[in-house]
Amino acid sequence: MSNAHLAVNQISKTFYDNGQAIPALAEINFSAGAGEFITLIGPSGCGKSTLFNIIVGLMEPDTGEICLNGQVLRQRTGMFGYMPQRDLLLPWRSVLNNVILGPELAGEDLKAARQEAASLLPLFGLEGFGEAYPATLSGGMRQRAALLRTFLTHREVMLFDEPFGALDALTRRDLQAWLLDIWRQFNKTILFITHDVEEALFLSDRVLVMSPRPGRIALDLIVDLPRPRRPNILVEPHFIELKAQLLSTLGA
Amino acid sequence: MKESAAQRRWRSYGPPIILILGLLVLWEVLVTWQAVPPWILPAPSQIIQAMWQNADLLLPHVLQTMKQVLLGLGLAIVTGVALAAILDLSSWLRRALYPLLVASQTIPILALAPLLIIWFGFGLTPKVFIVTLFCFFPIAINTADGLTAADPELLALLHAMGATRRQIWRKVRLPASLPYFFSGLRIAATYSVVGAIIGEWVGASQGLGIFMLRSANAFKTDQVFAAIVISSLLSLILFGLVFIAERALLPWYYTSQRESQWV
Repeated sequence: MSNAHLAVNQISKTFYDNGQAIPALAEINFSAGAGEFITLIGPSGCGKSTLFNIIVGLMEPDTGEICLNGQVLRQRTGMFGYMPQRDLLLPWRSVLNNVILGPELAGEDLKAARQEAASLLPLFGLEGFGEAYPATLSGGMRQRAALLRTFLTHREVMLFDEPFGALDALTRRDLQAWLLDIWRQFNKTILFITHDVEEALFLSDRVLVMSPRPGRIALDLIVDLPRPRRPNILVEPHFIELKAQLLSTLGA
Repeated sequence: MKESAAQRRWRSYGPPIILILGLLVLWEVLVTWQAVPPWILPAPSQIIQAMWQNADLLLPHVLQTMKQVLLGLGLAIVTGVALAAILDLSSWLRRALYPLLVASQTIPILALAPLLIIWFGFGLTPKVFIVTLFCFFPIAINTADGLTAADPELLALLHAMGATRRQIWRKVRLPASLPYFFSGLRIAATYSVVGAIIGEWVGASQGLGIFMLRSANAFKTDQVFAAIVISSLLSLILFGLVFIAERALLPWYYTSQRESQWV
Protein backbone atom coordinates (compact mmCIF):
# COMPACT_ATOMS: atom_id res chain seq x y z
CA MET A 1 0.00 0.00 0.00
CA SER A 2 1.30 3.38 -0.96
CA ASN A 3 1.66 5.98 1.79
CA ALA A 4 2.49 8.96 -0.39
CA HIS A 5 0.66 12.08 0.53
CA LEU A 6 1.13 15.20 -1.51
CA ALA A 7 0.21 18.65 -0.24
CA VAL A 8 0.24 21.79 -2.36
CA ASN A 9 0.21 24.79 0.00
CA GLN A 10 -0.47 28.39 -0.96
CA ILE A 11 1.31 28.21 -4.32
CA SER A 12 1.32 31.52 -6.21
CA LYS A 13 3.18 32.46 -9.36
CA THR A 14 3.31 35.65 -11.38
CA PHE A 15 5.06 36.02 -14.74
CA TYR A 16 6.40 39.28 -16.05
CA ASP A 17 6.21 40.26 -19.68
CA ASN A 18 7.71 43.63 -20.61
CA GLY A 19 7.30 44.86 -17.05
CA GLN A 20 3.65 43.82 -17.03
CA ALA A 21 2.64 41.40 -14.29
CA ILE A 22 0.65 38.38 -15.42
CA PRO A 23 -0.60 36.44 -12.40
CA ALA A 24 -0.70 32.75 -13.35
CA LEU A 25 -1.52 30.99 -10.08
CA ALA A 26 -3.18 32.50 -7.01
CA GLU A 27 -2.82 30.61 -3.73
CA ILE A 28 -3.42 27.10 -4.91
CA ASN A 29 -4.19 24.70 -2.08
CA PHE A 30 -5.03 21.05 -2.23
CA SER A 31 -3.77 17.72 -1.04
CA ALA A 32 -3.80 14.26 -2.52
CA GLY A 33 -4.16 11.22 -0.32
CA ALA A 34 -2.22 8.02 -0.82
CA GLY A 35 -3.32 6.16 -3.95
CA GLU A 36 -5.74 8.89 -4.97
CA PHE A 37 -6.43 9.74 -8.61
CA ILE A 38 -6.94 13.49 -8.93
CA THR A 39 -7.63 15.37 -12.14
CA LEU A 40 -7.05 19.06 -12.77
CA ILE A 41 -9.33 20.58 -15.35
CA GLY A 42 -9.67 24.15 -16.50
CA PRO A 43 -9.63 26.49 -19.49
CA SER A 44 -6.47 26.92 -21.56
CA GLY A 45 -3.97 29.22 -19.90
CA CYS A 46 -5.35 28.72 -16.40
CA GLY A 47 -1.93 27.65 -15.16
CA LYS A 48 -2.36 23.86 -14.93
CA SER A 49 0.94 23.15 -16.62
CA THR A 50 2.65 25.92 -14.64
CA LEU A 51 1.48 24.21 -11.47
CA PHE A 52 2.92 20.90 -12.72
CA ASN A 53 6.20 22.56 -13.62
CA ILE A 54 6.39 23.96 -10.09
CA ILE A 55 5.58 20.61 -8.46
CA VAL A 56 8.19 18.67 -10.44
CA GLY A 57 10.84 21.33 -9.78
CA LEU A 58 11.23 22.92 -13.22
CA MET A 59 10.06 26.25 -11.78
CA GLU A 60 10.06 27.94 -8.37
CA PRO A 61 6.82 29.39 -6.98
CA ASP A 62 6.70 33.00 -5.70
CA THR A 63 5.05 31.82 -2.50
CA GLY A 64 4.03 28.51 -1.02
CA GLU A 65 5.51 25.04 -0.74
CA ILE A 66 5.12 21.48 -1.88
CA CYS A 67 5.06 18.76 0.78
CA LEU A 68 5.51 15.04 0.31
CA ASN A 69 4.59 12.79 3.24
CA GLY A 70 4.50 15.80 5.55
CA GLN A 71 7.97 17.04 4.59
CA VAL A 72 8.54 20.29 2.72
CA LEU A 73 10.45 19.49 -0.48
CA ARG A 74 13.37 21.78 -1.23
CA GLN A 75 14.88 19.74 -4.05
CA ARG A 76 11.96 18.51 -6.11
CA THR A 77 13.49 17.32 -9.39
CA GLY A 78 13.66 13.55 -9.49
CA MET A 79 11.05 13.19 -6.72
CA PHE A 80 8.03 12.64 -8.98
CA GLY A 81 7.09 10.58 -11.98
CA TYR A 82 6.30 13.08 -14.73
CA MET A 83 4.82 12.58 -18.16
CA PRO A 84 4.25 15.55 -20.48
CA GLN A 85 1.76 15.58 -23.34
CA ARG A 86 4.32 14.60 -25.97
CA ASP A 87 5.86 11.17 -25.46
CA LEU A 88 9.42 12.62 -25.75
CA LEU A 89 11.01 9.21 -26.26
CA LEU A 90 14.69 9.38 -27.19
CA PRO A 91 14.66 8.59 -30.92
CA TRP A 92 18.11 6.95 -30.83
CA ARG A 93 17.13 4.44 -28.17
CA SER A 94 15.10 1.27 -28.45
CA VAL A 95 11.85 1.11 -26.50
CA LEU A 96 13.51 -0.99 -23.80
CA ASN A 97 16.37 1.45 -23.35
CA ASN A 98 13.94 4.37 -23.31
CA VAL A 99 11.76 3.03 -20.54
CA ILE A 100 14.66 2.37 -18.16
CA LEU A 101 15.76 6.02 -18.27
CA GLY A 102 14.57 6.69 -14.70
CA PRO A 103 16.61 3.93 -13.01
CA GLU A 104 19.53 4.78 -15.33
CA LEU A 105 19.59 8.44 -14.24
CA ALA A 106 19.36 7.35 -10.62
CA GLY A 107 22.43 5.16 -11.11
CA GLU A 108 20.59 1.91 -10.41
CA ASP A 109 21.53 -1.51 -11.73
CA LEU A 110 20.75 -1.46 -15.46
CA LYS A 111 20.49 -5.20 -15.86
CA ALA A 112 17.82 -5.48 -13.19
CA ALA A 113 16.02 -2.46 -14.64
CA ARG A 114 16.00 -4.03 -18.12
CA GLN A 115 14.68 -7.28 -16.71
CA GLU A 116 11.85 -5.52 -14.92
CA ALA A 117 11.05 -3.44 -17.99
CA ALA A 118 11.04 -6.50 -20.24
CA SER A 119 8.63 -8.28 -17.87
CA LEU A 120 6.26 -5.30 -18.01
CA LEU A 121 6.25 -4.89 -21.81
CA PRO A 122 3.22 -7.20 -22.32
CA LEU A 123 1.17 -5.34 -19.70
CA PHE A 124 1.89 -2.09 -21.52
CA GLY A 125 0.97 -3.58 -24.91
CA LEU A 126 4.56 -3.46 -26.13
CA GLU A 127 5.41 -7.17 -26.22
CA GLY A 128 7.87 -7.86 -29.03
CA PHE A 129 8.66 -4.15 -29.47
CA GLY A 130 11.45 -3.87 -26.90
CA GLU A 131 14.11 -3.54 -29.58
CA ALA A 132 12.05 -1.28 -31.88
CA TYR A 133 12.91 2.38 -32.34
CA PRO A 134 10.19 4.87 -31.34
CA ALA A 135 9.86 6.17 -34.92
CA THR A 136 8.48 2.79 -35.97
CA LEU A 137 5.66 2.76 -33.37
CA SER A 138 2.10 4.09 -33.54
CA GLY A 139 1.06 7.11 -31.46
CA GLY A 140 -0.77 4.95 -28.91
CA MET A 141 2.22 2.63 -28.48
CA ARG A 142 4.60 5.55 -28.04
CA GLN A 143 2.32 6.96 -25.36
CA ARG A 144 2.24 3.60 -23.58
CA ALA A 145 6.03 3.42 -23.74
CA ALA A 146 6.20 6.90 -22.18
CA LEU A 147 3.80 5.70 -19.47
CA LEU A 148 5.96 2.69 -18.77
CA ARG A 149 9.00 4.99 -18.53
CA THR A 150 7.08 7.06 -15.96
CA PHE A 151 6.01 4.00 -13.94
CA LEU A 152 9.55 2.64 -13.93
CA THR A 153 10.81 5.73 -12.11
CA HIS A 154 9.19 4.01 -9.09
CA ARG A 155 7.96 7.29 -7.67
CA GLU A 156 4.87 7.19 -5.45
CA VAL A 157 3.33 10.31 -6.94
CA MET A 158 3.00 10.67 -10.69
CA LEU A 159 1.96 13.66 -12.75
CA PHE A 160 0.41 13.30 -16.19
CA ASP A 161 0.02 16.45 -18.29
CA GLU A 162 -2.67 15.64 -20.88
CA PRO A 163 -1.02 12.37 -21.85
CA PHE A 164 -3.83 11.36 -24.21
CA GLY A 165 -4.48 14.81 -25.65
CA ALA A 166 -2.96 14.11 -29.04
CA LEU A 167 -4.56 10.69 -29.61
CA ASP A 168 -7.66 9.84 -31.60
CA ALA A 169 -10.89 9.24 -29.64
CA LEU A 170 -10.87 5.43 -29.91
CA THR A 171 -7.26 4.97 -28.83
CA ARG A 172 -7.95 7.43 -26.06
CA ARG A 173 -10.90 5.43 -24.66
CA ASP A 174 -8.81 2.26 -24.71
CA LEU A 175 -5.91 3.89 -22.94
CA GLN A 176 -8.14 5.43 -20.25
CA ALA A 177 -9.60 2.06 -19.27
CA TRP A 178 -6.18 0.51 -19.45
CA LEU A 179 -4.63 3.28 -17.30
CA LEU A 180 -7.19 2.59 -14.55
CA ASP A 181 -6.16 -1.09 -14.52
CA ILE A 182 -2.50 -0.15 -14.29
CA TRP A 183 -3.18 2.41 -11.57
CA ARG A 184 -5.00 -0.18 -9.47
CA GLN A 185 -2.20 -2.72 -9.88
CA PHE A 186 0.59 -0.30 -9.03
CA ASN A 187 -1.30 1.68 -6.40
CA LYS A 188 0.15 5.09 -7.22
CA THR A 189 -1.01 8.60 -6.41
CA ILE A 190 -1.82 10.29 -9.69
CA LEU A 191 -2.31 13.92 -10.65
CA PHE A 192 -3.74 14.18 -14.13
CA ILE A 193 -4.37 17.21 -16.36
CA THR A 194 -7.04 17.12 -19.04
CA HIS A 195 -9.37 19.35 -21.07
CA ASP A 196 -11.91 16.57 -21.39
CA VAL A 197 -14.71 16.54 -18.78
CA GLU A 198 -15.68 12.91 -19.46
CA GLU A 199 -12.08 11.77 -19.21
CA ALA A 200 -11.74 13.58 -15.87
CA LEU A 201 -14.87 11.95 -14.41
CA PHE A 202 -14.17 8.51 -15.83
CA LEU A 203 -10.69 8.36 -14.33
CA SER A 204 -10.71 10.27 -11.07
CA ASP A 205 -11.56 10.08 -7.40
CA ARG A 206 -11.61 13.87 -7.33
CA VAL A 207 -11.74 16.57 -9.98
CA LEU A 208 -10.25 19.99 -9.23
CA VAL A 209 -11.68 22.69 -11.47
CA MET A 210 -9.40 25.65 -11.99
CA SER A 211 -10.62 29.16 -12.76
CA PRO A 212 -9.30 31.23 -15.67
CA ARG A 213 -6.12 33.22 -15.05
CA PRO A 214 -5.04 33.66 -12.36
CA GLY A 215 -5.64 29.98 -11.64
CA ARG A 216 -7.45 29.13 -8.41
CA ILE A 217 -9.24 25.96 -7.36
CA ALA A 218 -12.86 26.85 -8.14
CA LEU A 219 -14.35 23.46 -7.30
CA ASP A 220 -13.13 20.30 -5.58
CA LEU A 221 -15.56 17.65 -6.78
CA ILE A 222 -15.60 14.17 -5.30
CA VAL A 223 -16.44 11.61 -7.97
CA ASP A 224 -18.42 9.05 -6.00
CA LEU A 225 -18.86 6.61 -8.85
CA PRO A 226 -18.21 2.95 -8.10
CA ARG A 227 -15.05 1.24 -9.29
CA PRO A 228 -14.04 -0.62 -11.37
CA ARG A 229 -15.46 1.70 -14.01
CA ARG A 230 -16.47 0.52 -17.44
CA PRO A 231 -17.17 2.72 -20.46
CA ASN A 232 -20.96 2.36 -20.06
CA ILE A 233 -20.69 4.47 -16.91
CA LEU A 234 -20.67 7.49 -19.22
CA VAL A 235 -24.45 7.23 -19.71
CA GLU A 236 -25.47 6.63 -16.09
CA PRO A 237 -27.61 9.35 -14.46
CA HIS A 238 -25.16 10.15 -11.66
CA PHE A 239 -22.30 10.51 -14.15
CA ILE A 240 -24.40 12.96 -16.13
CA GLU A 241 -25.26 14.92 -12.95
CA LEU A 242 -21.57 15.26 -12.09
CA LYS A 243 -20.80 16.24 -15.66
CA ALA A 244 -23.44 18.97 -15.55
CA GLN A 245 -21.95 20.29 -12.32
CA LEU A 246 -18.44 20.39 -13.85
CA LEU A 247 -19.63 22.05 -17.02
CA SER A 248 -21.51 24.75 -15.15
CA THR A 249 -18.44 25.54 -13.03
CA LEU A 250 -16.33 25.67 -16.20
CA GLY A 251 -18.87 28.13 -17.59
CA ALA A 252 -19.74 26.04 -20.61
CA MET B 1 1.18 0.32 -56.57
CA LYS B 2 4.31 -0.82 -54.79
CA GLU B 3 7.51 -0.69 -56.80
CA SER B 4 10.32 -3.18 -56.31
CA ALA B 5 13.68 -2.23 -54.79
CA ALA B 6 15.34 -2.43 -58.22
CA GLN B 7 12.74 -0.11 -59.72
CA ARG B 8 13.17 2.38 -56.90
CA ARG B 9 16.93 2.32 -57.28
CA TRP B 10 16.64 2.89 -61.00
CA ARG B 11 14.29 5.80 -60.41
CA SER B 12 16.84 7.57 -58.17
CA TYR B 13 20.12 6.60 -59.86
CA GLY B 14 18.91 6.28 -63.45
CA PRO B 15 18.64 9.98 -64.41
CA PRO B 16 22.18 11.00 -63.33
CA ILE B 17 23.71 7.91 -64.99
CA ILE B 18 21.94 8.66 -68.28
CA LEU B 19 22.95 12.33 -68.14
CA ILE B 20 26.61 11.59 -67.42
CA LEU B 21 26.86 8.92 -70.14
CA GLY B 22 25.14 11.26 -72.61
CA LEU B 23 27.57 14.11 -71.86
CA LEU B 24 30.57 11.80 -72.20
CA VAL B 25 29.37 10.56 -75.60
CA LEU B 26 28.74 14.16 -76.73
CA TRP B 27 32.25 15.15 -75.59
CA GLU B 28 33.83 12.21 -77.42
CA VAL B 29 31.90 12.92 -80.62
CA LEU B 30 32.57 16.68 -80.63
CA VAL B 31 36.28 16.35 -79.96
CA THR B 32 36.72 13.74 -82.71
CA TRP B 33 34.46 15.55 -85.18
CA GLN B 34 36.08 18.98 -84.67
CA ALA B 35 39.57 17.38 -84.55
CA VAL B 36 40.48 19.23 -81.33
CA PRO B 37 44.18 18.62 -80.60
CA PRO B 38 44.53 16.34 -77.53
CA TRP B 39 46.81 18.81 -75.72
CA ILE B 40 43.89 21.28 -75.61
CA LEU B 41 41.06 18.86 -74.85
CA PRO B 42 41.55 15.08 -74.92
CA ALA B 43 38.56 12.83 -75.59
CA PRO B 44 37.18 10.73 -72.68
CA SER B 45 38.59 7.60 -74.33
CA GLN B 46 42.06 9.17 -74.36
CA ILE B 47 41.75 10.12 -70.68
CA ILE B 48 40.85 6.55 -69.74
CA GLN B 49 43.76 5.35 -71.83
CA ALA B 50 46.11 7.77 -70.04
CA MET B 51 44.89 6.48 -66.67
CA TRP B 52 45.45 2.90 -67.74
CA GLN B 53 48.90 3.46 -69.21
CA ASN B 54 50.12 5.53 -66.24
CA ALA B 55 48.61 3.33 -63.55
CA ASP B 56 51.98 2.29 -62.11
CA LEU B 57 53.21 5.87 -62.17
CA LEU B 58 50.01 7.23 -60.63
CA LEU B 59 49.70 4.79 -57.73
CA PRO B 60 52.38 6.28 -55.42
CA HIS B 61 51.00 9.77 -56.09
CA VAL B 62 47.49 8.62 -55.19
CA LEU B 63 48.73 6.95 -52.01
CA GLN B 64 50.64 10.09 -50.98
CA THR B 65 47.58 12.29 -51.49
CA MET B 66 45.32 9.82 -49.65
CA LYS B 67 47.71 9.79 -46.70
CA GLN B 68 47.51 13.58 -46.44
CA VAL B 69 43.75 13.55 -46.87
CA LEU B 70 43.13 10.94 -44.18
CA LEU B 71 45.51 12.51 -41.65
CA GLY B 72 44.13 15.99 -42.33
CA LEU B 73 40.52 14.85 -42.12
CA GLY B 74 41.24 12.97 -38.89
CA LEU B 75 42.82 16.07 -37.39
CA ALA B 76 39.86 18.15 -38.63
CA ILE B 77 37.43 15.82 -36.85
CA VAL B 78 39.37 16.14 -33.60
CA THR B 79 39.71 19.94 -33.78
CA GLY B 80 36.18 20.45 -35.15
CA VAL B 81 34.51 18.42 -32.41
CA ALA B 82 36.74 19.98 -29.74
CA LEU B 83 35.84 23.47 -30.97
CA ALA B 84 32.15 22.60 -31.01
CA ALA B 85 32.39 21.36 -27.42
CA ILE B 86 34.20 24.57 -26.40
CA LEU B 87 31.57 26.72 -28.15
CA ASP B 88 28.94 24.77 -26.26
CA LEU B 89 30.59 25.11 -22.84
CA SER B 90 29.87 28.76 -22.30
CA SER B 91 27.93 31.42 -24.13
CA TRP B 92 30.85 33.81 -23.48
CA LEU B 93 33.27 31.56 -25.35
CA ARG B 94 30.69 31.09 -28.09
CA ARG B 95 30.34 34.84 -28.62
CA ALA B 96 34.10 35.29 -28.52
CA LEU B 97 35.06 32.43 -30.83
CA TYR B 98 32.27 32.34 -33.40
CA PRO B 99 33.31 35.50 -35.34
CA LEU B 100 36.92 34.30 -35.32
CA LEU B 101 35.90 30.96 -36.78
CA VAL B 102 33.90 32.62 -39.52
CA ALA B 103 36.76 35.02 -40.21
CA SER B 104 39.15 32.09 -40.52
CA GLN B 105 37.11 30.92 -43.50
CA THR B 106 37.49 34.24 -45.32
CA ILE B 107 41.27 33.79 -45.48
CA PRO B 108 42.20 32.39 -48.89
CA ILE B 109 43.89 29.14 -47.91
CA LEU B 110 45.80 29.19 -51.18
CA ALA B 111 47.58 32.29 -49.85
CA LEU B 112 48.23 30.61 -46.52
CA ALA B 113 49.85 27.54 -48.06
CA PRO B 114 53.24 29.20 -48.79
CA LEU B 115 53.36 30.45 -45.19
CA LEU B 116 52.76 26.94 -43.89
CA ILE B 117 55.62 25.71 -46.09
CA ILE B 118 57.88 28.39 -44.56
CA TRP B 119 56.87 27.38 -41.05
CA PHE B 120 56.73 23.60 -41.38
CA GLY B 121 58.99 22.78 -44.34
CA PHE B 122 58.26 20.71 -47.42
CA GLY B 123 57.23 17.52 -45.60
CA LEU B 124 53.89 16.00 -44.80
CA THR B 125 52.97 18.45 -41.99
CA PRO B 126 51.98 21.58 -43.97
CA LYS B 127 49.78 19.56 -46.36
CA VAL B 128 47.99 17.86 -43.50
CA PHE B 129 47.39 21.27 -41.93
CA ILE B 130 45.99 22.65 -45.17
CA VAL B 131 43.54 19.75 -45.43
CA THR B 132 42.58 20.38 -41.79
CA LEU B 133 42.03 24.09 -42.48
CA PHE B 134 39.70 23.20 -45.31
CA CYS B 135 37.79 20.62 -43.31
CA PHE B 136 37.45 21.63 -39.65
CA PHE B 137 34.98 24.45 -40.24
CA PRO B 138 31.91 22.54 -41.47
CA ILE B 139 32.50 19.91 -38.78
CA ALA B 140 32.83 22.50 -35.97
CA ILE B 141 29.85 24.62 -37.03
CA ASN B 142 27.52 21.70 -37.71
CA THR B 143 28.41 19.90 -34.48
CA ALA B 144 28.02 23.12 -32.47
CA ASP B 145 24.57 23.65 -33.99
CA GLY B 146 23.73 20.02 -33.31
CA LEU B 147 24.61 20.36 -29.64
CA THR B 148 21.96 23.07 -29.29
CA ALA B 149 19.43 21.21 -31.43
CA ALA B 150 17.97 18.92 -28.77
CA ASP B 151 14.25 19.38 -28.11
CA PRO B 152 13.86 21.83 -25.15
CA GLU B 153 10.89 19.85 -23.84
CA LEU B 154 13.04 16.74 -23.79
CA LEU B 155 15.70 18.60 -21.80
CA ALA B 156 13.00 19.78 -19.37
CA LEU B 157 11.74 16.21 -18.95
CA LEU B 158 15.23 14.94 -18.13
CA HIS B 159 15.72 17.80 -15.69
CA ALA B 160 12.40 17.01 -14.00
CA MET B 161 13.48 13.36 -13.78
CA GLY B 162 16.47 14.51 -11.76
CA ALA B 163 19.20 14.27 -14.42
CA THR B 164 22.40 16.23 -13.83
CA ARG B 165 23.79 18.62 -16.45
CA ARG B 166 26.39 16.05 -17.32
CA GLN B 167 23.80 13.29 -17.77
CA ILE B 168 21.70 15.56 -19.98
CA TRP B 169 24.75 16.30 -22.10
CA ARG B 170 25.72 12.66 -22.50
CA LYS B 171 22.30 11.10 -22.87
CA VAL B 172 20.47 13.74 -24.89
CA ARG B 173 22.51 16.56 -26.36
CA LEU B 174 25.45 14.52 -27.60
CA PRO B 175 23.40 11.84 -29.41
CA ALA B 176 21.06 14.53 -30.79
CA SER B 177 24.09 16.28 -32.34
CA LEU B 178 25.39 13.21 -34.21
CA PRO B 179 23.32 13.64 -37.40
CA TYR B 180 24.59 17.23 -37.57
CA PHE B 181 28.17 16.11 -37.05
CA PHE B 182 27.84 13.65 -39.92
CA SER B 183 26.41 16.19 -42.34
CA GLY B 184 29.40 18.42 -41.50
CA LEU B 185 31.75 15.48 -42.02
CA ARG B 186 30.20 14.74 -45.41
CA ILE B 187 30.93 18.30 -46.56
CA ALA B 188 34.43 18.11 -45.08
CA ALA B 189 35.13 14.81 -46.86
CA THR B 190 34.39 16.40 -50.24
CA TYR B 191 36.67 19.38 -49.48
CA SER B 192 39.53 17.28 -48.20
CA VAL B 193 40.99 16.06 -51.51
CA VAL B 194 40.92 19.60 -52.94
CA GLY B 195 42.79 20.75 -49.83
CA ALA B 196 45.51 18.14 -50.30
CA ILE B 197 46.00 19.01 -53.98
CA ILE B 198 46.31 22.73 -53.22
CA GLY B 199 48.87 21.90 -50.54
CA GLU B 200 50.90 19.93 -53.07
CA TRP B 201 50.82 22.69 -55.67
CA VAL B 202 52.81 24.93 -53.36
CA GLY B 203 55.60 22.46 -52.91
CA ALA B 204 55.77 18.70 -52.88
CA SER B 205 57.70 15.86 -54.46
CA GLN B 206 54.81 13.43 -54.66
CA GLY B 207 51.03 13.52 -54.83
CA LEU B 208 48.23 13.99 -57.35
CA GLY B 209 48.63 17.79 -57.23
CA ILE B 210 52.27 17.66 -58.23
CA PHE B 211 51.49 15.04 -60.90
CA MET B 212 48.92 17.46 -62.35
CA LEU B 213 51.40 20.36 -62.39
CA ARG B 214 54.15 18.30 -64.04
CA SER B 215 51.76 16.91 -66.65
CA ALA B 216 50.40 20.39 -67.42
CA ASN B 217 53.91 21.77 -67.83
CA ALA B 218 54.66 18.98 -70.30
CA PHE B 219 51.34 19.63 -72.16
CA LYS B 220 50.26 16.09 -71.31
CA THR B 221 46.67 17.28 -70.96
CA ASP B 222 45.29 13.74 -70.94
CA GLN B 223 47.32 13.03 -67.80
CA VAL B 224 46.02 16.20 -66.12
CA PHE B 225 42.51 15.00 -66.81
CA ALA B 226 43.40 11.54 -65.56
CA ALA B 227 44.52 13.05 -62.24
CA ILE B 228 41.35 15.16 -62.07
CA VAL B 229 39.17 12.09 -62.59
CA ILE B 230 41.06 10.18 -59.92
CA SER B 231 40.80 13.01 -57.38
CA SER B 232 37.03 13.26 -57.97
CA LEU B 233 36.77 9.52 -57.52
CA LEU B 234 38.69 9.77 -54.24
CA SER B 235 36.27 12.47 -53.02
CA LEU B 236 33.30 10.35 -54.01
CA ILE B 237 34.71 7.31 -52.24
CA LEU B 238 35.29 9.32 -49.06
CA PHE B 239 31.78 10.76 -49.26
CA GLY B 240 30.40 7.25 -49.70
CA LEU B 241 32.39 5.90 -46.74
CA VAL B 242 31.05 8.65 -44.48
CA PHE B 243 27.55 7.91 -45.75
CA ILE B 244 27.95 4.19 -44.96
CA ALA B 245 29.39 4.92 -41.51
CA GLU B 246 26.48 7.25 -40.81
CA ARG B 247 23.92 4.64 -41.71
CA ALA B 248 25.66 2.00 -39.60
CA LEU B 249 26.04 4.25 -36.55
CA LEU B 250 22.68 6.06 -36.67
CA PRO B 251 20.18 3.35 -37.61
CA TRP B 252 17.45 5.24 -35.71
CA TYR B 253 17.92 8.26 -37.98
CA TYR B 254 17.37 6.18 -41.10
CA THR B 255 14.17 4.37 -40.28
CA SER B 256 12.23 3.02 -43.22
CA GLN B 257 9.74 5.89 -43.06
CA ARG B 258 12.41 8.54 -43.44
CA GLU B 259 13.96 6.68 -46.34
CA SER B 260 10.72 6.61 -48.27
CA GLN B 261 10.43 10.39 -47.83
CA TRP B 262 13.89 10.75 -49.26
CA VAL B 263 13.78 9.01 -52.58
